Amino acid sequence: MKRILILFAHPALQKSRVNTHLIDGVIDLNGVTVHDLYERYPAHDIDVRHEQALLLEHDIIVFHHPFFWYSTPPLLKEWQDLVLEHGWAYGSAGTALRGKLFMNAISTGGRQEAYSTEGYNRFTIRQLLAPLEQTARLCGMLYLPPFVVHGTHVVTPEAVLEHTRCYRTLLTALRDERIELQHMRMLDTLKSPDILHDLLHDDNEVRHA
Amino acid sequence: MHEGGFFFQALVYLAAMVVVVPIAKKLGLGSVLGYLLAGVIIGPFVLGFIGTEGQDVMHFAEFGVVMMLFLIGLELQPAKIWKLRAPIMGMGGMQVAGTAALVLLLGVFTGLPWQSALAIGFTLALSSTAIVLQTLNEKGLLPTDGGQRAFSVLLFQDIAVIPILAVFPLLALPGLAPASAQSEAGHGGNILADLPVWGQTLVVLGVIAAIILAGRYAINPAFRLLARTRLREVFTAATLLLVIAIAVLMSAVGLSPALGTFLAGVVLAQSEYRHELETDIEPFKGLLLGLFFLSVGASIDFRLIQHSPGLITGLVFGLIVVKLLVLWITGAVFRLSTDNNLLFTFSLAQGGEFAFVLFSYATQNGVLGTDTASPLVAAVAVSMALTPLLMMLNERLLLPRFGTKQAGEREADVIEEQNPVIIAGFGRVGSIIGRFLQAHGVQATYLDIDPDNVDLLRKLGLRVYYGDASRHDLLHAAGAASARLIVIAVDDPDKGYEIAETVRRHYPQLRIIARTRGWRDSYDMLDLGVEDVYRETLDASLRMGADVLAALGHRRFALYRATHTFRKHDERYVRELAVMRKDSKSLLHGARQRIADLEILMSEEMDQLGRDKDSGWDASSLIEEYGTSRTP
Repeated sequence: MKRILILFAHPALQKSRVNTHLIDGVIDLNGVTVHDLYERYPAHDIDVRHEQALLLEHDIIVFHHPFFWYSTPPLLKEWQDLVLEHGWAYGSAGTALRGKLFMNAISTGGRQEAYSTEGYNRFTIRQLLAPLEQTARLCGMLYLPPFVVHGTHVVTPEAVLEHTRCYRTLLTALRDERIELQHMRMLDTLKSPDILHDLLHDDNEVRHA
Repeated sequence: MHEGGFFFQALVYLAAMVVVVPIAKKLGLGSVLGYLLAGVIIGPFVLGFIGTEGQDVMHFAEFGVVMMLFLIGLELQPAKIWKLRAPIMGMGGMQVAGTAALVLLLGVFTGLPWQSALAIGFTLALSSTAIVLQTLNEKGLLPTDGGQRAFSVLLFQDIAVIPILAVFPLLALPGLAPASAQSEAGHGGNILADLPVWGQTLVVLGVIAAIILAGRYAINPAFRLLARTRLREVFTAATLLLVIAIAVLMSAVGLSPALGTFLAGVVLAQSEYRHELETDIEPFKGLLLGLFFLSVGASIDFRLIQHSPGLITGLVFGLIVVKLLVLWITGAVFRLSTDNNLLFTFSLAQGGEFAFVLFSYATQNGVLGTDTASPLVAAVAVSMALTPLLMMLNERLLLPRFGTKQAGEREADVIEEQNPVIIAGFGRVGSIIGRFLQAHGVQATYLDIDPDNVDLLRKLGLRVYYGDASRHDLLHAAGAASARLIVIAVDDPDKGYEIAETVRRHYPQLRIIARTRGWRDSYDMLDLGVEDVYRETLDASLRMGADVLAALGHRRFALYRATHTFRKHDERYVRELAVMRKDSKSLLHGARQRIADLEILMSEEMDQLGRDKDSGWDASSLIEEYGTSRTP
């Protein structure tokens, strides 16, 4: 069983229906640690040693955050600056994170179509996430395609529940190593439940999960 | 001449207290002198409301002294007593032995038998615990060095009474047959008289051990049980019972009851019921002690004084001079500073209430003749009555001339450093600021007005200087002319304001960071032109409020931001209200002003905090503008 660390950063969770549901849907999972950064460090006084110890205790690192201005919220950026130290996370002696899996779980207000060369945002999600992908690479981690919930402004309550179920299934499967990573890594993003079903070794288990 | 009824007596005593003591206090004479004067006025020689039964009242009222020592014990931790062991044994021993020796010489010189002279010497060596401690306490001088030494000597004298009582029968003169055959030691009958000496010692030690053990292990649980009954008067009764039981027990084995209760007080100093015990005993102690002083005043034998004024005056004068001399030398030998030695010497230069007991005991045992004892008793009473006057003499005439400038206090330190920051007040607030600066390698010059605090901090290796930061010369010495900031962190708002005033007047370039207590003194500081005003309770209160909301499920980051917003608004309103208050000073005053302030503040708070300032994280306007088609 793999252990998963969700580094969750939302400065105003009380305003986010989607993220509240997503987090509530996985918080009780065995082997999954939800680390609510804004709750833990309201004054941005990040405890670097504690964060590093947490990273070492887990195999899969998830950055879970709203995609504000094509980036992470400021606290998560500060977290990267301070926790991913040279000589620890990268550099010739920085091997602490080597071999771990890394994934983004993000929500966007805009719809899927907006994130394309023809769309309003002119770039795809993967292109816009390049800095984070490279960060993971530099630390020797394996970058997985991001889990994305688009159109949070307009999403229906039923869809929110569907995304929540999907997120829970994905994390459960990653934890239990029931996902073919090679297959998964060829994907661009994990957007819809259908894509997820193809990844699983045993489709039956998904429906029960 | 007097009426015998209990209520009439109570009426006389209470009326004398209520009428005379406040007048004396108002005139700056202190309460002790007030009581003594009141006693003289109602005594047999002026108004005659009370007659010779004043003596009995005095014996009863002596219990006030016992209670006072219990209370003093409660204030003292055992460790502190241990620290005082040198002054207790050394200074106390030297004072008693020295006075006794000098009186012995004088007595033999004037033709008394040496036995009588020695007994008189030991008796006169004792001072009045009641008068000295009450007076020192009232003036707030008990914690000073001189006050502590005086207390130590009094403690030694209390212990010394025991061997003195034991020695008196051995000094009996062959010519004077013991007045009464039964050997009565001290206040109560000694039940141990038939035991051999080692047996007595064993019993005495056993009793002391029992008091300590009971105080440690039995009294707390007992009080807990009583406290659970929630009957206030039962608790009070239990407290009185405790004190009286110890007093009776101590008397029974021939020890001083005051010493026993003092010991019990020390043992109970760490008890969780300390404050309850204190508040329960305090009024009884006050009343009884007042009664005691009244009866001392009433018992002064003016007929005897009238009869032989020269003898009594001479005795009083001699007594006081001898004691002053021995005390001053003792203080000097133990290296007291001039101020403290003056206080020490002048507070202890009188005969004590034990003298009344010891003189009557001495006549009973045939050590002294009655004609020798009576004038001495009168002289002791007069010397006790003179004590508050002597101390006033010291304060008004001697200290200003020979002591340092501030009466009884020490001189401001000479400051040896010049730092960019001066911190006035190194207490609860100043010490935190100081530690924070120190952690950043910033040196500051610390000033504090509490000498004990300064000494303690210096022992810890901090460079804190003693002195009043509102004094221009001291600020100058602290480097105010070259410093960049001064932090006013003193506890007393008036003192803080004084400091700010001095700084504004003499060092207008020096930036002031001021701690204030509440709204009113914040306004005053702001009116003075001080910009950086910090109410001491604001930040802690806001953090507590935020933690309450967090416990109720609010998001911490939202609370963090709200805390800052709230504080910003609050600080702005203090400033606005300070200006408003200046403009409309005549319109609203005091409590009404404060209520009006609060009303404005609260209505604005609802308004401001209610409004959403996190709109950057809110998508509603986006959704409105772009609808469902092309939101970014």
